[in-house]
Amino acid sequence: MMKSRRSFLKISGACLLGLGVKPVLNAFAQAERMEIAPNPNALRAGRWALVVDITKCRDDCTDCINACNRAHNIPDLGRTKEEVKWIWNESYEHAFPGVEHEFVEERVKHQPFMVLCNHCDNPPCVRVCPVQATWKREDGIVMMDFHRCIGCRCCMAACPYGSRSFNWTDPRPYIPEGRMNPDFPTRTKGVVEKCNFCVERLAKGLQPACVESCSSGVLTFGDLDDPNSEVRKVLGERYSIQRKPELGTRPRVYYIL
Amino acid sequence: MYDGGKIIAGLVIFLGVVTFPFWYTQANEEAIEKPQLLLPADETECVEPTAYMRASHMQMLNEWRDFVVREGQATYLSSTGKMYEMSLTRTCMKCHTSRQEFCNKCHAYSGVSTPYCWDCHVEPKESA
Ligand code: SF4
Ligand code: SF4
Repeated sequence: MMKSRRSFLKISGACLLGLGVKPVLNAFAQAERMEIAPNPNALRAGRWALVVDITKCRDDCTDCINACNRAHNIPDLGRTKEEVKWIWNESYEHAFPGVEHEFVEERVKHQPFMVLCNHCDNPPCVRVCPVQATWKREDGIVMMDFHRCIGCRCCMAACPYGSRSFNWTDPRPYIPEGRMNPDFPTRTKGVVEKCNFCVERLAKGLQPACVESCSSGVLTFGDLDDPNSEVRKVLGERYSIQRKPELGTRPRVYYIL
Repeated sequence: MYDGGKIIAGLVIFLGVVTFPFWYTQANEEAIEKPQLLLPADETECVEPTAYMRASHMQMLNEWRDFVVREGQATYLSSTGKMYEMSLTRTCMKCHTSRQEFCNKCHAYSGVSTPYCWDCHVEPKESA
């Protein structure tokens, strides 16, 4: 069939018109956006931070780790290559490489350091994620969207602290009997996870599970932007260090040795 | 027109075959039973009207997910002016306690594969 130049132009015109109408249709579609109500109980901050006063840590205490594992249905795969961890213990020279030396105080040398995601102000993990499954919230928390993660593990390569774990197997069978917290999802095989500073608890007005569980006052959680906050007070009174600050990630977890 | 009769006869047979599923179910009323869903005993009203929930619960769940996970918002204001926590396990499944008797049955009836929500979200224990 031969098309005349005239009918070809007519059809092109109709197509262009169709494209012009699309924004109008989109506007109609958006009119159906759902309504949400603000939550008055939620804890809010400009920039959340955690201070760990390691001098108060009790020997062999793992209360914070246990509380976190319970709150977030973290599977127990043992200390294996496939281990999943949000908070774990690290030795001084592993937690603070580059500042250790052979004559460091005995106490510090043998002290286990609780380490976790630093919720960096300049997070390399966020920059490399191809699908924005991990991103920095306005309050500074580096958050994970398990729904969106495609398991490429770029973030694990980018994080200089080993804060992220990959689920090599379905974690459900490895959650100890009777420990399942029905209020928090488990993960599936092929998803990366890490500490979330307990965003689900902050939304309800609760402190993070680790902070709540520690009876020795090791952990202080609060807003760095508020000069009267507890964290600012502690940081102002005691000398503190961060993990690998030379990398420019600007960690938001501070240690008092 | 050549072979007009044959073409028309062919068309009639074709239409008959294509529409077979429709008139067959009409003729056999009981052919497919409506699913008997387990409805909540002590609640008469869902977060939105039933018709809306039936047609759009999947979009709603997706939006709830985005609000909670990505925007840190947890409270839904329904069209009836009530507030609900946006939570599959704590709001939806507080009433619809059985995934098998509610979600799965209707999904099987509609020929929609069961979603993978529960690969991660913990469903309430079925009291056998
Ligand atoms: S500690 Fe690692 S995972 Fe956490 S924000 Fe920093 S780079 Fe990302
Ligand atoms: S593993 Fe997931 S969170 Fe990490 S970079 Fe890939 S998609 Fe993003």
